[in-house]
Amino acid sequence: MEMLRALTYGPLVEMWEYPIFLAEVALNGLLTGVMYSLVALGFVLIFKASGVFNFAQGVMVLFSALSLVGLMEHGVPVWAALVLTVVIMVVLAMVIERVMLRPLVNQDPIILFMSTIGLTFFLEGFGETIWGSNVKRLDVGIPDAPLDIGGVLVSTFDLWAAAIGATMVVVLAIFFQKTPIGRALRAVADDHQAALSVGIPLRTIWVVVWSVAGMVALVAGIMWGSKSGVQFSLSLIALKALPVLILGGFTSVPGAIIGGLIIGVGEKVAEVYWGPAVGGAIENWFAYVLALLFLLFRPQGLFGERIIERV
Amino acid sequence: MAGERRIGEVILAVDQISLSFGGVRALENVSFDVRRGEIRAIIGPNGAGKSSMLNVINGFYHPQEGRITFKGQTRTQMRTHEAAEQGIARTFQNIALFKGMSTLDNLMTGRNLKMKVNFLLQALHVGPARREEIAHREFVERIIDFLEIQAVRKVPVGRLPYGLQKRVELGRALAAEPDLLLLDEPMAGMNSEEKEDMCRFILDVNEEFGTTIVLIEHDMGVVMDISDRVVVLDYGRLLADGSPDEVRRDQAVIDAYLGAVHD
Ligand SMILES: Nc1ncnc2c1ncn2[C@@H]1O[C@H](COP(=O)(O)OP(=O)(O)OP(=O)(O)O)[C@@H](O)[C@H]1O
Ligand SMILES: [Mg+2]
Repeated sequence: MEMLRALTYGPLVEMWEYPIFLAEVALNGLLTGVMYSLVALGFVLIFKASGVFNFAQGVMVLFSALSLVGLMEHGVPVWAALVLTVVIMVVLAMVIERVMLRPLVNQDPIILFMSTIGLTFFLEGFGETIWGSNVKRLDVGIPDAPLDIGGVLVSTFDLWAAAIGATMVVVLAIFFQKTPIGRALRAVADDHQAALSVGIPLRTIWVVVWSVAGMVALVAGIMWGSKSGVQFSLSLIALKALPVLILGGFTSVPGAIIGGLIIGVGEKVAEVYWGPAVGGAIENWFAYVLALLFLLFRPQGLFGERIIERV
Repeated sequence: MAGERRIGEVILAVDQISLSFGGVRALENVSFDVRRGEIRAIIGPNGAGKSSMLNVINGFYHPQEGRITFKGQTRTQMRTHEAAEQGIARTFQNIALFKGMSTLDNLMTGRNLKMKVNFLLQALHVGPARREEIAHREFVERIIDFLEIQAVRKVPVGRLPYGLQKRVELGRALAAEPDLLLLDEPMAGMNSEEKEDMCRFILDVNEEFGTTIVLIEHDMGVVMDISDRVVVLDYGRLLADGSPDEVRRDQAVIDAYLGAVHD
């Protein structure tokens, strides 16, 4: 009886009785969610603009964070290291366009997908060869202190992270909606042929998109790396991005963001409240079960476009 | 109809173009030219190679043989970006609009090559970039007025009815201020009223801006009405080339069309 209660409505009663604790748990999940959102966002940008399912998005997070830490370990000041890392990610985008996208243009999506798996191994090996494979501490100077907001304890780091994530999203939204390059990007994402016919340079657009994805990865890498150190496991958050994409729809930017937040909060709340009853580890599978349900009942995701073929 | 318009020198010449896909011969030894200021129709039964010809002209397809001369420059193939830069704009048989974007934004993409301000400034969207954007916007608004699509300026084009989508696509091509406008079946699937509107727009564009137009069309009435000269393709080969009257009386053309009566 007690067991049944803990599995079903028990936690709900608890939530109702201690809303402050619920808020803390949810906030904690929200930060993780921001991370997922950022990684998924990188995926969506690349998928929309170049039709490539970029398996390497996770390792790009690792690579950018490794570069940043590596530079800082060599005595480069934080701001200069940040600028240099951005430059590195842009150069990486250019190289990817030149040696991967350009030769493989018009190939099957599966071939491009496989080439991104190759890219994953390359970046992993290359990053560790240059910067070493030990766990590194990353401190870019974001303050981390507990803060009491109306009884809810939050860390200032989490607030900063959320603020930076939100800013990033707003800046990207403006970039996409209001600037000529953003318009060109959307055009390419919508119809390659038509974009070519009005003279939009596809290659430049690819470089821009992969650069933007690289910068999104960098932001994610900084946040996650500051929390738990820069190490190989950083690239594994990409695995969580897949369910986020299924939830949000592969082509939807708002979907990636909201999907990430839902999964971040959902898995944390499920873990804390229902975890004890099932012996924990809900966090590890929650996202995938949710994704599975979506695949069954709403395969296009929350915001994805329904696939309609006009013949 | 074409009385007081001025038809000038040859702006485009395709010479002995052959194009095949594996075993399919889409075009075989096709040659014809287009003069500045004229409306040139390409007709022919389904699968004759009409769309392939347009794709060769704007660089989507690269022919195995032949030469293309545009504005005095001869090459064995066009490249898409180069074609756009040189002033070739087009519409597609199966509408290729940016469906998620508004009418206005679709037309603005047509101005892409006219934007001269530095890439970085564009990204930052400041000063000169902003002024340039406003100037382009004004130009696009004139096209919107001209095509009478003010009412749908802000609507995502994916939601527009078919006939209006065709019109927006024409608008996007016009936004590039092309020297050569390629229209692949601009009136297909339209009712007679929409067709009439489209005819009027095409004629107005040609007359007011002197734009050279190459147009693929199945509706013979329309073709005979608005075109100066007609190319007839059949099974990838050039069957006839001449004024609408000449082509209409051509025995080979009559046979081809009697053999393949269609929509
Ligand atoms: N990308 C392609 N790949 C393979 N075959 C093609 C391709 N494009 C055209 N073809 C073939 O070339 C031939 C000519 O096609 P095209 O589309 O040019 O004809 P069309 O005259 O435009 O016909 P329609 O009136 O039906 O539009 C057809 O046999 C077609 O199947
Ligand atoms: Mg065709």
